[in-house]
Amino acid sequence: MAMNRTVHIQDETGPAVTPLKPEGGREEMAAAGQWKLIWHKFIRNKLALVSAAIIIVLYLVAAFAEFLAPGDPSASRPQYTYAPPQPIGFFVDGGDGESRFLPHVKGYAVEVDPESYRRTFVPDDEQIVPIGFFVEGAPYKFWGLFDMNMHLLGALDPTQPMYLLGTDRLGRDLLSRLIYGTRVSMSIGLIGVGMSLVLGIVLGSLSGYYGGWVDTAIQRLIEVVSAMPTIPLWLGLAAAIPLTWSPLQVYFIITLIVSLLGWTGLAREVRGRFFALKTEDFVTAARLDGSRERRLIFRHILPSLTSHILAVVTLAIPTMIIAETALSFLGIGLKPPVVSWGVLLQDAQNIRTVSSAPWLLVWPAGAVVVAVLSFNFFGDGLRDAADPYES
Amino acid sequence: MIRYIIKRLLYMIPTLFGMSLIAFLIIQLPPGDYLTSMIASMTQSGQNVDPAQIALLRRIYGFDDPIYVQYWKWITGIVTRGDFGHSFEWNRPVSELIWDRMGATLSLSIASLLFVWAVSIPIGIYSAVRRHSISDHVFTFFGFLGLAIPNFILALTLMYVSYRFLGQSVGGLYSPEYTGAPMSWGKLLDLLAHLWIPVIVIGTAGTAKLIRILRANLTDELHKPYVVTARAKGLPEHKVILKYPVRIALNPVVSAIGWVLPELVSGITITAIVLNLPTAGPLLLRALISQDMYLAGSFILLMGVLTLVGMLISDILLALLDPRIRFR
Repeated sequence: MAMNRTVHIQDETGPAVTPLKPEGGREEMAAAGQWKLIWHKFIRNKLALVSAAIIIVLYLVAAFAEFLAPGDPSASRPQYTYAPPQPIGFFVDGGDGESRFLPHVKGYAVEVDPESYRRTFVPDDEQIVPIGFFVEGAPYKFWGLFDMNMHLLGALDPTQPMYLLGTDRLGRDLLSRLIYGTRVSMSIGLIGVGMSLVLGIVLGSLSGYYGGWVDTAIQRLIEVVSAMPTIPLWLGLAAAIPLTWSPLQVYFIITLIVSLLGWTGLAREVRGRFFALKTEDFVTAARLDGSRERRLIFRHILPSLTSHILAVVTLAIPTMIIAETALSFLGIGLKPPVVSWGVLLQDAQNIRTVSSAPWLLVWPAGAVVVAVLSFNFFGDGLRDAADPYES
Repeated sequence: MIRYIIKRLLYMIPTLFGMSLIAFLIIQLPPGDYLTSMIASMTQSGQNVDPAQIALLRRIYGFDDPIYVQYWKWITGIVTRGDFGHSFEWNRPVSELIWDRMGATLSLSIASLLFVWAVSIPIGIYSAVRRHSISDHVFTFFGFLGLAIPNFILALTLMYVSYRFLGQSVGGLYSPEYTGAPMSWGKLLDLLAHLWIPVIVIGTAGTAKLIRILRANLTDELHKPYVVTARAKGLPEHKVILKYPVRIALNPVVSAIGWVLPELVSGITITAIVLNLPTAGPLLLRALISQDMYLAGSFILLMGVLTLVGMLISDILLALLDPRIRFR
């Protein structure tokens, strides 16, 4: 839509303005390379730009999870099970009627339901837990290399509770878990797409370039795989993972399963483009010049596909993220102690938990939706920018 | 036309074969087999296991045959006798367990498909005709949201909303008081009161995609000369739009059955697990977890077949609508 609007503006103002422009600028654009043109078109799409920024932030969170998380994601405090999120306050009553600047969260008071004897936590205005930036807290090994204990945000006294997003059924900090989950969920999308990219490009280019029986065979394969409903098939494959495997092995095999079904769309796309490009003049020229087939494919055809492939790949990442989330949610994907968004959502599986601790559904689900939306908008923007026929 | 249908049916055979291979692969994939784990649990609980009996069982189920023989036995059983193998967990033939569940899956898919069409066609037409109006932007926004929210999260959210604000019992297809009761008007109403959540959950993503496709196609058509002609000769506006361009733009909507249906079946599986509906999904998950592989494989095969039949129907409908396809 944004594209259409820009078309409109150009239509109206184009003829009147362009002759007045300094000639140099126009020539620069006229001779600009493909990537420069794409970049120029892309940055005019504000929605895609914002989405790109969100994606970058998400990956930064994934990269610096240990530092950004206030605590250890698996450290549980049984005395704070299902504690609700704490609001942050900035001023405290100094005692003499004046308020004093002190960032803090409120501590918890326990209320016992007289009928069901169930304990619930409510923020207690009397208890003040001072918080601050760059505090020392739970020790960790940053990127598995350096011993550190600095956290971006935390309670000044690490023994006091600070649960900005609440806790789960074992009294673990949801914020820390969400941040560590970002690492797993976002990287599965990226690695999975990498794998299906290789499969999709190899099979798609073979199919599109050679045509004939190679094409028919690969197209049949794609048809079979894409006609199978994905979730039952994922379930079937994931259920075969032996229970004895280590979390890392499970992580890679889940990524593989997710990508095994994701490559079909990509292969189709590549094949279609190959068919279109195969008859282009520059390919014919290269062939007449005596280029061999491998050179034709890798030197001439594939480079003109890259921008398009990039867009399709971006649009494939959210499917992978959703796939992992769904599998883990059902309990046959990643399993605790690994933390991913899907594993977090597993805690929100029944209606009773969701109604008593809605934050367990809201935050992980929100993270999934924000990530998926951003990738969709970013991919759409890339695709529009990469399409040379849409001005 | 008949030639086209026959050709199309013949094309289905290799695809079906491929699907049966995938389903069989899934059956064979877990390490060990059900018999081994049964023996393990029996010895663990102190029962005596007679080696001769094990050998007999192994021979009956053909666990010692080479893999292609096992596949051949399995597939011929299905094709010739409708015998899908034996469910070890339920100790009953698989064919007794699956048909009810597949029937529920089928009816839910059809209900969701009708929902997808009923919502996306009017909205798609409206959005194309009133491009960039406020309602168009609102629909687009919800469309993107519908695409981005995974089925099961939507299901959980709606469950929560309906539990919290409507005070309705959630999950299942009937309220507890109607579960065993014979069919009546009250029961039907109760069913409808429960059905809206799964139908919306399953249909949302497909609806959003279809609206986008319809909007794009209709926008292309609306500026063609024949539309201008129709308008110029004084046809009322609704006729100008509905009679010609919409008919052409609907083609992809029909062909959409082909790709919407696998998504619907896929969506039903996970939604039914969350909402505890009596479709194939929950039973499939249970079968997979307990490694009751013949049951699981049969479900996966049948769901594939279901979408293939859907594609066949969509191709035939398309050929009926568009003679160019028939005579190609």
